[in-house]
Amino acid sequence: MADTIETGETGKLRRRSVVRTLLRDRGGMLVIGGLGAPAWDITAAGDCPENLPLWGGMGGAAMMGLGLALAQPERRVLVITGDGEMLMGVGSLASIAVQRPKNLSIVVLDNEHYGETGMQETHTKHGVDLAGMAKAAGIPDTRLIRAAAEVQALREAIHAGNGPPLRPDQGG
Amino acid sequence: MQREQLETAPDGAADWPDQIFDLLKEHGIRQVALVPDAGHSRLINRCLADNGIRVVTLTTEEEGIAQLFGAWLGGEKGVLLMQSSGVGNCINMLSVAIAHRTPLPMIVTMRGDYGEFNPFQVPMGNATQTVLEAMGTLVKRADAPEDIAPTVDATLRMAFNTYRPTATLIGQRVIGAKTFGK
Repeated sequence: MADTIETGETGKLRRRSVVRTLLRDRGGMLVIGGLGAPAWDITAAGDCPENLPLWGGMGGAAMMGLGLALAQPERRVLVITGDGEMLMGVGSLASIAVQRPKNLSIVVLDNEHYGETGMQETHTKHGVDLAGMAKAAGIPDTRLIRAAAEVQALREAIHAGNGPPLRPDQGG
Repeated sequence: MQREQLETAPDGAADWPDQIFDLLKEHGIRQVALVPDAGHSRLINRCLADNGIRVVTLTTEEEGIAQLFGAWLGGEKGVLLMQSSGVGNCINMLSVAIAHRTPLPMIVTMRGDYGEFNPFQVPMGNATQTVLEAMGTLVKRADAPEDIAPTVDATLRMAFNTYRPTATLIGQRVIGAKTFGK
């Protein structure tokens, strides 16, 4: 089934629509939503016991995913977080890359702003490339997603499980 | 001279690192998160050699708090090994363990403690216990070799029986003051 991915007036991806698509027919996938809007995004896609929306621990979402993925190697684990949250824990991309957990994926919804605190710009607004940093850390499958057409392939990759951290640009 | 010889490390005859390893196995610890410390080097090697333990080396200690919370969600027990300076890096992330009542045992080798020569180590070493307790952690110290295993055992039991962060601080008096080989 193909999903309709919504975009804003500027053509950027709508975060809620992207997350809804990624989590559709998720099976037993365990999902961690990072502090900020991603916590609401995963909840809006369907609240369930397999969701952990975070209200704190900024910088820790990806490592929580690692601990969970190592403990539950037979299940898919998906961390959906924001660019500010990921930047605070950016060293964890290196720690995760070294562990190579096949059942862990990290999706960064990169709106280039700190959304909870007044939409101040993050470093990604000024050229810092999170997907590039993940690739340089040694994570084997990294993608920068900007177009609605790419989201479906992203969903399939996450559900198949090769552990890609991603950076869908979207308009909030 | 090898770097390892320059660092502070337990006497080769000391068996407390092996006693800690036995306790980790006894308590069913599956994930060991760490930023290396010379005082833990023998224990780290024992963990690396064990197929039932996953060792995760961190870029900063707070990653370990987050990781072990995830491990607990997934039904696995973990422990965080670090030097006292690393405790300072964990402060805010400990809120996750408090909010979610997560067993989170930490085994901390002290610097900036008894006979320290490095002025950079002293502020955090002097504050380690106060800072951990301020963040809701149950802290016990071991300042003699024979006290280490019972204290670590208590730290593991208190974490997994009462669902909270706990810590054993291993005093520099046991480990020995770093000398840079002088």
